[in-house]
Amino acid sequence: MTELAKLFGLFFKIGLFTFGGGYAMLPLLKAEVVAKRRFLSEEELLDLYSIGQCTPGIISINVATFIGYQQKGIGGAIAATAGIVMPSLIIITLVASILQKFMDNRYVAYAFAGIRICVAALIADIIYDLAKKNIKNYMAAAVFIGALVLLVGGGLSAVMVVFIAGAWSLGWGEIKRRIKKK
Amino acid sequence: MTYLLLFVEFFKIGLFAIGGGLVTVPFLFDLADKYDWFSKAELTDMIAVSESTPGPIGVNMATFAGFNAAGVAGGIIATFALVLPSVVIMILIAKMMQKYSCNQRVHDVLSGIRPAVLALILFAGLQVAKIALSGSIEILFFAGLLAMMRIWRKSPIVYLCLAAVLGIVFRL
Repeated sequence: MTELAKLFGLFFKIGLFTFGGGYAMLPLLKAEVVAKRRFLSEEELLDLYSIGQCTPGIISINVATFIGYQQKGIGGAIAATAGIVMPSLIIITLVASILQKFMDNRYVAYAFAGIRICVAALIADIIYDLAKKNIKNYMAAAVFIGALVLLVGGGLSAVMVVFIAGAWSLGWGEIKRRIKKK
Repeated sequence: MTYLLLFVEFFKIGLFAIGGGLVTVPFLFDLADKYDWFSKAELTDMIAVSESTPGPIGVNMATFAGFNAAGVAGGIIATFALVLPSVVIMILIAKMMQKYSCNQRVHDVLSGIRPAVLALILFAGLQVAKIALSGSIEILFFAGLLAMMRIWRKSPIVYLCLAAVLGIVFRL
């Protein structure tokens, strides 16, 4: 039981001190899980990130679940995952309930009008980075344009677009392998 | 009934939102179209709060969206549903293989999905832009903030605070 509580506490701390996405968590994970507790080597941690890249779901959750399971089985997986989401649950619930009360305030409304501009800029910034990283060949560019057409022209949902892109890539990969064999 | 719908919708997002960070955003924009849980302007505010509070963005967005839809219980249910697919899949992977390496087909599918996810985020970004960039002064601030992000690469919180001050000073 104390082992589970320790896992919960460790990942609670990691959740509390991570701002942003899964990669923002990496330095803290290295310090806590690799250097301090020696749950796994640095190489294994990076392997874990590449597994996170090829499984669905949020990377930080995947990593927490995996490490928790390695340490203490299913109970450990649940304790670690509960630990990492708990700070979000508490903090966001508090912020959301406070925000609801203050949104009528004139100055809060002005501030959020400014903040929305910043959100648009943050998204543009991320799109630029993702485009550099993920559109490296003609097929990737074709999938990108195809997805955009389905969204804008076809009015398809995000789930449908991901599903179609996945099926298309599976088929295309299969065709490429057959051609190579011949 | 709202609880059940929240569970199903966020389970789907947990299953289909592949990658990190803002990938949950386009799925949440779909929910804003489908249900009256939150508006697109509220979602944009949620992105700002999720970026500047601790915790993974995807989890923060789920808690926030669930809370807006159905209070404290809604936040808990949405978060639980979002992480459930990850937990189940990772336990299976950890169980099945000592040293898991990416299957070629799985790799094909997930690398093929990434350009499509980029299109999703672009589409969501355009909807945020439509809400946020209502006049020429807003567009000017947008260009300035983006240029600063590209040059200095500081934490998003710095730019969000700066934008909040601009909003109050210029009464946007």
